[in-house]
Amino acid sequence: MEQSEQNVAAKTELPKPTALEQAAPQDVSGTPGRPIFDVRNVSVWYSAFKAVTDVSMTIHENEITAFIGSSGSGKTTVLRAFNRMNDLVPGARVEGEMHYRGTPLYGKDVSPIAVRRRIGMVFQKPNPFRKSIYDNVAYGPRINGERNRRKLDEIVERSLRRAALWDEVKNRLKSSGLALSGGQAQRLCIARTIAVEPDVVLMDEPASALDPIATGAIEDLMRELKKQYTIIIVTHNMQQATRVSDRTAFFSVLTDSKNDTRTGVLIEYGSTRQIFEDPQDSRTQAYVTGRMG
Amino acid sequence: MSSVTQADPAKQAGSASPLTRRRPLGDRGFQILALASGLLVLVILVLIAVSTTQQSTDWFSKAGVKGIFSTDWDPATNHFGAMAFVYGTVITSVIAIIIAVPVSVAVALLLTEVVPRRWARPIVYLIDLLAVVPSVVWGLWGILVFAPWIQSSVYSHIASAVNGIPLLGSLFGPPVSGASFFTAGIILAVMITPIVTSLSREVIATVPVIDKEGAYALGATRWEMIRGAVWPHSQNGVVGAVLLGLGRAMGETIAAALVIGSSATVTSRLFATGYSMPAVIANQFPEAAGEWRAALIGMGVLLFALTIIVNLAARGIVERSTRRMRGA
Repeated sequence: MEQSEQNVAAKTELPKPTALEQAAPQDVSGTPGRPIFDVRNVSVWYSAFKAVTDVSMTIHENEITAFIGSSGSGKTTVLRAFNRMNDLVPGARVEGEMHYRGTPLYGKDVSPIAVRRRIGMVFQKPNPFRKSIYDNVAYGPRINGERNRRKLDEIVERSLRRAALWDEVKNRLKSSGLALSGGQAQRLCIARTIAVEPDVVLMDEPASALDPIATGAIEDLMRELKKQYTIIIVTHNMQQATRVSDRTAFFSVLTDSKNDTRTGVLIEYGSTRQIFEDPQDSRTQAYVTGRMG
Repeated sequence: MSSVTQADPAKQAGSASPLTRRRPLGDRGFQILALASGLLVLVILVLIAVSTTQQSTDWFSKAGVKGIFSTDWDPATNHFGAMAFVYGTVITSVIAIIIAVPVSVAVALLLTEVVPRRWARPIVYLIDLLAVVPSVVWGLWGILVFAPWIQSSVYSHIASAVNGIPLLGSLFGPPVSGASFFTAGIILAVMITPIVTSLSREVIATVPVIDKEGAYALGATRWEMIRGAVWPHSQNGVVGAVLLGLGRAMGETIAAALVIGSSATVTSRLFATGYSMPAVIANQFPEAAGEWRAALIGMGVLLFALTIIVNLAARGIVERSTRRMRGA
């Protein structure tokens, strides 16, 4: 995978793994390539608007899966279906089947809270809480019942190290998370997400608000994180998809001129190399070669 | 306000450079209007402070600091100590805040975070209606309906239960009166609840969705989300809302005058009759003359000062915590 100059520069900032980091629980790491999500004929509605129609795909463990496609093609909607974030939108509902490690995500007894504790999310705009850097990272462990001061210190340090932010903030953990730059704030949000030891990290255009250097840092981080987590990323940046992802899903907008409706559909899904070098669908080809969208 | 334009308008108007544009008349007009309005508020405040202080110098100079803060208020013997009234104002306001704030914040959170929007609307109207009820109506209801009821069915039971117990007894023990510090506090609480609620609600409604989603995405429950994302965001605004409520409670006149019992006493017993600063001014001003009159006006000055001090102190606290959290 190609590496831009900025990425190399940012890479040198990555801290060496410490004893602490190596002592981290490894139970979440699985076998690369094993299916983790099974999506069958999923459609998502916002009230009467069908945002995405009939998506079927399999997401694989310890891989980075990229969702690409133009605006309105439903990438983010599908992403948010994976950890039931759409439940928070009034009028939203999901049809079809989504299985996570064999359990139906939208099953009757499944709690969205429990789902989100296993499947974390990083947003487009860095959204640290109005709390100190320390409290931002400790928030997740705390709501999971962790009260032990020493354990929290440990989790905070480990998460910040993994998010490649520790060296920049270790001397000001008590200062506000809002005082960080955009790239640092986004890495803080990643640290906050991995502090609860999730199984999957969903990322919704995590670098779109960042400059190239910060973007490079986030991408390096993703490659590092996929050893332990399964990552799904929505991106508008096709170079980013080719740089970081193992598989790519291309979404597009389907317009029905007769009923004047439009909806997002999954056009093609395969290995990133195949999608970009040998797309099977003409629409995919048009998009990845820049002739459309 | 641009100092350049003000410093040399003639040069600007005559300038031929295409880069210097003349400011339109409306711009200037609005600037003057805004400035004048702002200054007018300040001027009125200063005038009020000056004229009331002037008319009360008689009391201030005669009574001295010790006299002013004595508890002895007896117009017949020319003793005008304000302590009992300051005490009553502070105690009733504190009771009002202790009761009103948790209720208001809880209702505000309920309306913004829990109740679906189509139900929230009517509830908001209802709460706002509470604010429209004139204070004299609250006072009359308080003294005619509420006070007799709460005295016989609440105060008297509590008082006899705690009588003799060290701390509780001295707070809630007898004597018991329907018109009392506590009744005034409750009535004030009901009166300030609508404003504290609606201001808190507006502040809480400004918390960005993305902040809340951040908490939810970590597996937070609604309550955990409120503590993690909503509260840090709205804490300062809610304190501001509480301050406005506090100001209103301290200054409330007629309702307090009707239900506080009108007896100038300093006692820790909250079910006993008391008095407050605005209440004594309203009750006694019509018959007052000379130093008595000056003392009542001076009471107004004290109340003014008290409100300002409370506000400044609270703002200071808020400012400090904000600065820390913004990381500036």
